[in-house]
Amino acid sequence: MHKFYTLLVREVRSYFHSPIAYVVLIFFLLVAGVDFYFQVSFMNQRQVQYTVQEAFFNSVFFWFAFVLIFPLITMRLFAEEFKLGTIEPLMTAPVRDWQVVLGKFFGALVFYLVLWIPTLLYFAIFLRITHEPAAHSVGAYLGSYLMLLLLGMFYLSIGCLTSVLTKNQIIAAVISFCTITLLFFLGLVQYILLDVSSATRDLLGYFSAIEHMVTFSRGVIDTRPIVFYVSMTIVLLILTHQAFQSRKWRL
Amino acid sequence: MIKVENLTKRYAGQSAIKDLNFEVGQGEIMGFLGPNGAGKTTTMRILAGFMPPTSGRATIAGFDVFSQSLQARARLGYMPENVPLYNDMRVNEYLVYRAALKSVPSRRVAERVGDVKELCGLKEVEKQLIGTLSKGYRQRVGLADALLHEPDLLILDEPTIGLDPNQIRQVRELIKNLGKQHTILLSTHILPEVEMTCSRVIIIHKGRIEACDTPDNLLGKIRQAGGVVVEAKTASDNGAEELKKIPGVRNVMTAVDGEWKIFSLRVESGLDVREQIFRLATDRHWAVRELTQRRATLEDVFVELTHPDLV
Repeated sequence: MHKFYTLLVREVRSYFHSPIAYVVLIFFLLVAGVDFYFQVSFMNQRQVQYTVQEAFFNSVFFWFAFVLIFPLITMRLFAEEFKLGTIEPLMTAPVRDWQVVLGKFFGALVFYLVLWIPTLLYFAIFLRITHEPAAHSVGAYLGSYLMLLLLGMFYLSIGCLTSVLTKNQIIAAVISFCTITLLFFLGLVQYILLDVSSATRDLLGYFSAIEHMVTFSRGVIDTRPIVFYVSMTIVLLILTHQAFQSRKWRL
Repeated sequence: MIKVENLTKRYAGQSAIKDLNFEVGQGEIMGFLGPNGAGKTTTMRILAGFMPPTSGRATIAGFDVFSQSLQARARLGYMPENVPLYNDMRVNEYLVYRAALKSVPSRRVAERVGDVKELCGLKEVEKQLIGTLSKGYRQRVGLADALLHEPDLLILDEPTIGLDPNQIRQVRELIKNLGKQHTILLSTHILPEVEMTCSRVIIIHKGRIEACDTPDNLLGKIRQAGGVVVEAKTASDNGAEELKKIPGVRNVMTAVDGEWKIFSLRVESGLDVREQIFRLATDRHWAVRELTQRRATLEDVFVELTHPDLV
C-alpha cells in the first residue's frame, strides 16, 4: 500500500512537472468556460425545458473537449517510461507490476479530477449572480459528477492499455483517441442508421455515454451504467496488467 | 551471493548468452568483461529481475531471480547502463522517491538520502533538475540510487562509461570502498579498472564464459605472457636474427628510430631472458639504452580470448 501510494504521488507530481498539465488545464477550462457562457446566453434568449447544469454537461462543445483530454492525460503513462528506459530502474526496484499499473491509473484519475474542480465554481458564481440554482436539485450535480467520474475511469483505463502497448506516445494517443471517440459516439448510431432493428438500437443505447449523461445530469442515478463502467474499467486494468507483464517476454 | 546455473537467453532465435555458470561469493568484487554485444547487459538484467532467462536458473542470496523476484530485488542495488532517470525530478526528490520505493523505513529516509548524497558527492546538485545534470552527475545519481537501501549486492552496468579520467578515478575509488561492505558485480570494458578494483574476473565472449579467475591467475595462464623491449644500436648486425636465437624467444618485431632499433620480443611465459640479452649485447658490442620486461596486461588476456587473430 505504501509503495502504491509512493508511485501514485510521483505520477501526480510528474503531471505538474511537465507543461502538459498546464496546457491541458488551461485549454480545457477555456472550452468549458465558453461552453457555459454560450449555454447561459442561449437560455437567456428563449424558453427551454432544461436547466443550465444539464445544458452544460450535454453540449457538443463539452463532448468535443471531453474525448480529447483522455489521450493527452494517458499517452505518456507507460510509453514514456519505455522510451526513456526508466522502466528499468522502476521494475528492478522491489515493486509489483500491479502496484505500478494502479499507481499510474489512479495518478491519471487524480489529475483528471483536478481538471474538473474549477467547474464547480461556475455553478457557485451562477448562483451568486442570478440568485437561482443552476439545477433543480443537489442530486443533479451529484449525478453529473458521478457520471464524469465513471466515464473518466473507463476512458482512462483505455488510455492506460494503449500506452502500455507501445513506447511511442503518439501511437498511444491516436489509438486511444479513436477508440474513445468511437465508444463515446456509439450511441449516436441509433439516430443515424434508421433501418437497424430496435433490438440493436436498444443495445447501442445501453452503451451510449451521451444517453447516460442525459440521465445522470437530471439527477437520475441508474445503477446499470455504474456496473457497466466500473466492470469495464476493471477488465481494462486487468488487460493492462497482463500486457505490462508480457513486456518481459517480448524483450 | 550470486549463483548462476546454465543460464541461457535467446532473442528471436539468437542466443545472447549460452549456458552460463558462475558464482560470486560474499564480499567479492567481480569484474564482468567482454566486447560489446557479448551478453554482459543481458546477464545483468536477468540478475536484476528485469527479464526472465529462456532457461537455467539464477539466485541472489538464495532467492530465485524469477520466482522470488521481489525478495531478490530487495537485496540488490542495480545501476543500469546509461542510467535512465526522470529528467523532470530534482535530485533530492528522486532519491526520496526511490528510497520509499525500496522500502527504506520512512524515519530513515532522510538519513539514508543524506548518506548516499555525501558518499557520491551529490550535495552541491541536490536541488537541481536531473535533466540539467552532466553525464558524470547522472552516473552518480544512479549509483546513489543503487546504494539507498543498503543492499548486500550491487550490480553496476558500465559504471564509468562516458566519464572523464578524473571522474573515472573517483568512481573507481568509490567502488573499491564500497567493496568493503558490499558484494559487487560490475561490467566494463576498461581493463585497467578491472585490474585495479576486482578480486575476480569473468571474461565473456559471444554469450559464453571464456575465463573466470583472479586477475593474477589470468595473467599467469596466458600463453604469450610477457615481452621484452630492447632499444639498441646494433652496428652492422641485423639484431633481430641474433635475438631470435636466444632460447624462449618466440618472435621479434623491429622498429627503427634514427640509428636506434627498437625490438619487441615475445617470450614464453615464466622466462626472464634479460640476462641473455645483456650478454649478447656485450659480446656483439651493441649500445643498449633500454632493456625492459613488459608485464602482460589484462588487455593481452582479453584480446587473446576474444580475438585470437589480433595476438
